[in-house]
Amino acid sequence: MNFIDKPGKLRGFEKNIKVEKVSRRSILKGLGVTGGFVLAAPVMTRQAFAYETGAGKMPHGVVVDPRVFVAVAPDGTVTILAHRSEMGTGVRTSLPLIVAEEMEADWSKVRVQQAHGDEVKFGNQDTDGSRSTRHYLIPMRQIGASARTMLEQAAAKRWNVPATEVKAVNHEVVHSASGRKLGFGELAADAAKESVPSIEGLKLKDPKDFRYLGKGQVSIVDLHDITTGKARYGADVRLPGMKYAVIARPPVTGGKLTSFDPDAALKVSGVEKVMKVQGWPWPSKFQPLGGVAVIARNTGAAIKGRDALKLVWDDGANGRYNSVAYRKDLEEASRKPGLVVRREGDADAALKTADKVVTGEYYLPHLAHVSMEPPVAVADVKGDKAEIWAPVQSPGGTREDVAKTLGIPEANVTVNVTLLGGGFGRKSKCDFALEAALLSKELGAPVKVQWTREDDLHHDFLHTVSVERIEAGLDKDGKVIAWRHRSVAPTIASTFAAGANHAAAFELGMGLVDMPFEIANISCENPEAAAFTRIGWFRSVSNIPRAFAVQSMVGEIANATGRDQKETLLALIGSPRIVKPNVKDLWNYGEPYDSYPIDTARLRKVVELVAEKGEWGRQVPKGHGLGIAVHRSFVSYIATIVEVAVDDKGKLSVPRVDTAIDCGTYVNPERIASQIEGAAIMGLSLAKYGAVTFKDGKVQQKNFDDFQVVRMDEAPLVTNVHIVPPAPDTPPSGVGEPGVPPFAPALMNAIFAATGKRIRALPIGKQLEA
Amino acid sequence: MIKVKINGQEQSWDGDPDLPLLWFLRDEAGLTGTKFGCGQALCGACTVIVDKEAVRSCITSINDVAGREVTTIEGLHPDGDHPVQKAWRQVNVPQCGFCQAGQIMQAAALLMENPKPSHDQIREAMAGNICRCGCYQRIENAVHLASTGV
Ligand code: FES
Ligand code: FES
Repeated sequence: MNFIDKPGKLRGFEKNIKVEKVSRRSILKGLGVTGGFVLAAPVMTRQAFAYETGAGKMPHGVVVDPRVFVAVAPDGTVTILAHRSEMGTGVRTSLPLIVAEEMEADWSKVRVQQAHGDEVKFGNQDTDGSRSTRHYLIPMRQIGASARTMLEQAAAKRWNVPATEVKAVNHEVVHSASGRKLGFGELAADAAKESVPSIEGLKLKDPKDFRYLGKGQVSIVDLHDITTGKARYGADVRLPGMKYAVIARPPVTGGKLTSFDPDAALKVSGVEKVMKVQGWPWPSKFQPLGGVAVIARNTGAAIKGRDALKLVWDDGANGRYNSVAYRKDLEEASRKPGLVVRREGDADAALKTADKVVTGEYYLPHLAHVSMEPPVAVADVKGDKAEIWAPVQSPGGTREDVAKTLGIPEANVTVNVTLLGGGFGRKSKCDFALEAALLSKELGAPVKVQWTREDDLHHDFLHTVSVERIEAGLDKDGKVIAWRHRSVAPTIASTFAAGANHAAAFELGMGLVDMPFEIANISCENPEAAAFTRIGWFRSVSNIPRAFAVQSMVGEIANATGRDQKETLLALIGSPRIVKPNVKDLWNYGEPYDSYPIDTARLRKVVELVAEKGEWGRQVPKGHGLGIAVHRSFVSYIATIVEVAVDDKGKLSVPRVDTAIDCGTYVNPERIASQIEGAAIMGLSLAKYGAVTFKDGKVQQKNFDDFQVVRMDEAPLVTNVHIVPPAPDTPPSGVGEPGVPPFAPALMNAIFAATGKRIRALPIGKQLEA
Repeated sequence: MIKVKINGQEQSWDGDPDLPLLWFLRDEAGLTGTKFGCGQALCGACTVIVDKEAVRSCITSINDVAGREVTTIEGLHPDGDHPVQKAWRQVNVPQCGFCQAGQIMQAAALLMENPKPSHDQIREAMAGNICRCGCYQRIENAVHLASTGV
């Protein structure tokens, strides 16, 4: 399926391109130093808990050890480590909150401390794939329960009573028979001497006694700092003697510097030095592109100096990348058979005999992440030691890559994780931290590498560009009897190995081969597509184009048969059942299928819930329209209704959005709502404006004027979020990403309802103005 | 020598007079609450208040503010309890938080000029400030809350 010879050490989603696994033995060996203990997969036994997750299979697995994650001070202050990166999802609050809940800590006495990058010590730290809550709900509860048990044991000993007679309640341990109480602080020293209880014997709290989990009344820990300017992001790190750098990189991916003239740059006030930066050939995972760095006493001077550089580049082979021509290539590929990745029945034959065939070809261009904080990193390299401060989603991976790039042992690299001013997948790639490390080594001084917005757009790891072609065959009653979906897009695997031109398993599993409809004849195909730039994962990844295509097609079928969109959707989903796609090694977001199957009862339920709460079928004014879409991604189920208004000049606005989400057991519904509200904005942004285009290998967009995103005056007037209350023991599932995919198709279906125009190529741009 | 008052404190600069105020604030004065998002007056992350007006510090040179009074997020209120800041916390506005200093300064400037803006006026006045995380609904509600009393 892909052509990776040496995948090297891959992380996160990349893990699914690789073969290698971290052995349990090597984890234990590493941990011997710290004395913690490790849970290998499965995370918990099925007898003790209702479900398993894929957490144990992530690089370095899961560490469940209260001594690693929790500290209790004599004054009662409880410090809990956050080992995942905060980029706006609230994870830096929600994971420690789970620990506090289970250990009976009073949240107002809890301090959260950010862990540095060390996966041997903390377990996997890749903050991506909407995984944090789903992988860590149980481990964090276990950590909290262990800490609570140790405090209880210490109190029981002090009072000389059986441990079964004491109970931790809100930051104290109580012996109710005698009315005695001891605060956590008073017990801290003794509790630290207690042995860590075995996981199997731990008693977890009854969910009905939860004070915080599932309630949504706790604000994020950084709220005050954010509103007062004290919160520290990557660029806010300042070290004594630190230099400021910006880098001119090859404008075409894989291009090289031919020559440069630093003279004019060196004359700029504040500029101190101009130097070459080492670059790697394309593709080489996250290694820097190379170029010329301008070092200055402040960022403004560095930028001005860079503007004055004279640079000559050799663009190399990717200089022939042109988006207009490339779109035609993709379209042509989608019209021919491709590698079959799922087959049930005989779709080709059924399409020939169908009464009617509805065909849709859907185009989605490259998208840039443009997190509000552009990439930035600070490095201080001294001899064979390196310290990094950076907003990275993968602190462990950054540490590995810095060590490899500098040729020093991983143990000599410290990665401090700042807050991330947005991530969306961009900051899973640590190229900017590697640049800072290289420059600091050469300068012999701490240095901050700041990317400008132009750098960010020109050198992103872009969301892929795709054509999704769907042909649906209908019988004479309008029932869909055949479904052929061809998905053509350059693969993320191409960033890791030259020549990868078919989707990786994890890309296929995002809305193509996991398609949940009850149709007798299905063919999913993946024709080849070559990459000409760095492709990476962008919030929701392949689910965006796939949901756009599949759910738009539902709207097209509804139109072709003269039926209601929602009824058509429910008819396609079919009976409540567990879908078993005929796919070899179906990728299920890294989760065991038993715990996280494709459950059409849950899919139907979010459709019905959003229809009810979102008042599907309500009368809307002239020029308005309602559209609906549903999509399962990151093992969550999400349905969205968009109301659109299109005026007679073709100007579009969104009066109302309703989204229903079933993400299983959840921690903080308030943050779920904020993620879904935000996903509507990101969905609307990509639908209205999202396009990064190439001409002669160069990105044509520069900043927020030509790569636009939605602003407040065009945001939906109201976004309502409806969360499905979980059945007991439902495994938690993703929240950060799943909100995005259904938005665009719901909007397209709404636009069709309002105007009769079917938009199949994004962005909408001026298409409604004609 | 350029002199400027920042959050009530006199500061001076004898380097490049064209240096954008943003970089003076962040790199020279150590006031990192003001953020860099685009450098082209397109996103509002760098918004500060000069005298009584919201300005984009990324395209305002240090020379442009000579002798004037600059307020950054750090100086908006001594305890961080400006009504806009309080409203922001009450509504749980931020996600990643990176745009929020700019949003808050823009909102504070709006309320100085128009203490009771309508929802449409809020949406219009705040349209220069991008939030990539998409907190707009809450920003709008928070500005409204700040204007009606927190
Ligand atoms: S950084 Fe000044 S407006 Fe964007
Ligand atoms: S909160 Fe992240 S950009 Fe606004």
